[in-house]
Amino acid sequence: MTEGSATVTMPETRSEEDRLLRRIWRVVALCRAVDERLWKLSRQGRSSFVLTARGHEVAQVASTAAMRLGVDSAWPYYRDMGVAFALGITPYELLLGSMGRAEDPHTGGRQLTMHLASPERKLGSISSVIADHIPHAVGAAYAAWVRREDSVALCWFGDGATSAGATHEAMNLAAARRLPVVFICENNGLAISVPLHLQTSLTSIADRAKGYTIPGVRVDGTDAIAVNDATREAVERARSGAGPSLIEAVVPRILAHSSQDDDAYRDQAELAAAQARDPLPRLERELIGRGVLTAQEARAEHERFDRMVLADADRAWSRPKPEGSRFNRWLFAGDEPHQAASDIGLGPLPGGVFDD
Amino acid sequence: MTEALVAAPPEGITMIEAVQQALIEEMRRDPSVVVMGEDVAIKGGVFRATKGLLEEFGDRRVLDTPIAEAVIAGAAIGAAMSGLRPVAEFQFADYIHPAYEQIVNQAATMRWRTVGNVGVPIVLRAPFGGGISGGIYHSQSVEALYCHVPGLKVVVPATPRDAKGLLKAAIRDDDPVLFFEHKKSYRRYRELVPDDEVLPIGKARLDREGDTVSVITYGVGVHHAREAAAALAEEGIEIEILDLRTLAPLDHDAIARTVGRTHRALIVHEANRTMGIGAEIAAFIADDLFMDLDAPVRRVCGQDSHLPYNAPEEQEIIPDPGRVAEAVRRLASY
Repeated sequence: MTEGSATVTMPETRSEEDRLLRRIWRVVALCRAVDERLWKLSRQGRSSFVLTARGHEVAQVASTAAMRLGVDSAWPYYRDMGVAFALGITPYELLLGSMGRAEDPHTGGRQLTMHLASPERKLGSISSVIADHIPHAVGAAYAAWVRREDSVALCWFGDGATSAGATHEAMNLAAARRLPVVFICENNGLAISVPLHLQTSLTSIADRAKGYTIPGVRVDGTDAIAVNDATREAVERARSGAGPSLIEAVVPRILAHSSQDDDAYRDQAELAAAQARDPLPRLERELIGRGVLTAQEARAEHERFDRMVLADADRAWSRPKPEGSRFNRWLFAGDEPHQAASDIGLGPLPGGVFDD
Repeated sequence: MTEALVAAPPEGITMIEAVQQALIEEMRRDPSVVVMGEDVAIKGGVFRATKGLLEEFGDRRVLDTPIAEAVIAGAAIGAAMSGLRPVAEFQFADYIHPAYEQIVNQAATMRWRTVGNVGVPIVLRAPFGGGISGGIYHSQSVEALYCHVPGLKVVVPATPRDAKGLLKAAIRDDDPVLFFEHKKSYRRYRELVPDDEVLPIGKARLDREGDTVSVITYGVGVHHAREAAAALAEEGIEIEILDLRTLAPLDHDAIARTVGRTHRALIVHEANRTMGIGAEIAAFIADDLFMDLDAPVRRVCGQDSHLPYNAPEEQEIIPDPGRVAEAVRRLASY
């Protein structure tokens, strides 16, 4: 399909898969706009610490698209911006937090960028400790099992987290009790600077599943359909009472670990190889090839998101910082509630994965 | 008359039975209360605290876990974030260390870091303390580690009645509570305990009134102080015993009241001295009650050492009633 082609299939003729891919693409595109803005904000000194999802977004959004909103719970890690947006968290909320603003509904500006927590979206709480949330997801699955509720816990983590003891303890307990949880490893091959072959003797993280006698599947994390299919199957398996699964989504890490990391441990060839595996252009080529998107449309949507996110960033920047004297509020129950996301007038995410 | 009393079966319940009753009553009252840990279901707990729970509440609400303390605490946290009220048992406080990460970096920070939106209503129970020839790994007193961490409550009952009422309060509390039960208190004596009594966390209990010296203590220290009090009374020294019951938050008002009455403070705990609970209490007294004092604040604490299997070394390390009495005598001489 040539750039600027006007041949766009009418919505009613699109297949379900086409619609799903298009919705995934829109969230990925939004994610990319926020990611790029965050790094600019970091260089401007507006955000002091930012992390990146770049390269992981398709794996994140396509797996989240296999969840039932309000029923299944999400236990992501700090790179999972795509999970957050797919669940309806807005860029403005995230930017409030990244700039340390009082109204940040997730942490009130107390945690680093992307350390979200949203009970309204059934999203747990992200910390900087790479594997601590994996037992939390298993606890959520245990709670569903105790109450005989039809709810699955989905848990995302990087390859770095798979070497931590908590990961083994969590997967082992989940497998022993057949708890309804899906483990999704976003394997970008680097634990900050340490390559996978120095982290583990395994070449595939999915092979860890054998030790728990649970299904382990390795998919190309830049392939939206492959990730979505694998996640749907794992969620269905968990729902049916057959227990947990481990999905390894192989993804590129396109940027440095964080804004505080110089990425100097990778040479130009490695960086170029990672960039060449960028899932966003791949997804766009796929959509254009299917005739459900034009390059013009894509460009227009990227520009729209860029403008929207810039406006969100300026708006977030204009909001007040917390009072220092607030420091000991919410150490224990009983303090007046902080503003929730719904209180600051946030509507549904434009272009969320779950609306057309 | 006297013979009849002696022959009568002992009335009331032991502290371990009090723990078990509190668990049963709370599980009957609230279906969101679950119990998890190593050996809690089929075996009913190594100290029998969870005896009978599996039969009454089933193998989902009473969960035998692998020996994996990080996931015991971590799954309890995730379950609490999902609406349950888990009571996790650590077989000995010595084995809670692998869960330290989850307790300190996750449970303690959760409400603060989510600006009040996400609470972690868990109770982490662990038998603790020495004097049973348990060696390094069945004897430790770890409570000070958790008192240092904002966001945690730390409760140490000394009596059957307090164990039951405070455990019920801990289960109903919306924040994480570390609940340490001294093994030497478990079957020490029986006591009549009211049904359905919930005692407040954060309030000390005046265990004995006296006018000479305030012994401020908790856990097995209360029993050492009671024994010392009996011996000292024969010498005409009446001590006041303040059972702190909760170490975090500390009941500063109760400490101020007792020191205000006796003007002499002795702090007793089995945990080792350095950077311990006693140091914090002594600092509080120095800061706020200096003008009330007629004597220096003294501590009787465990020695800064590990606890051995053999008795002579262990007896040298941990406090006993004799050492408490001796310290009281020295303070009374001021």
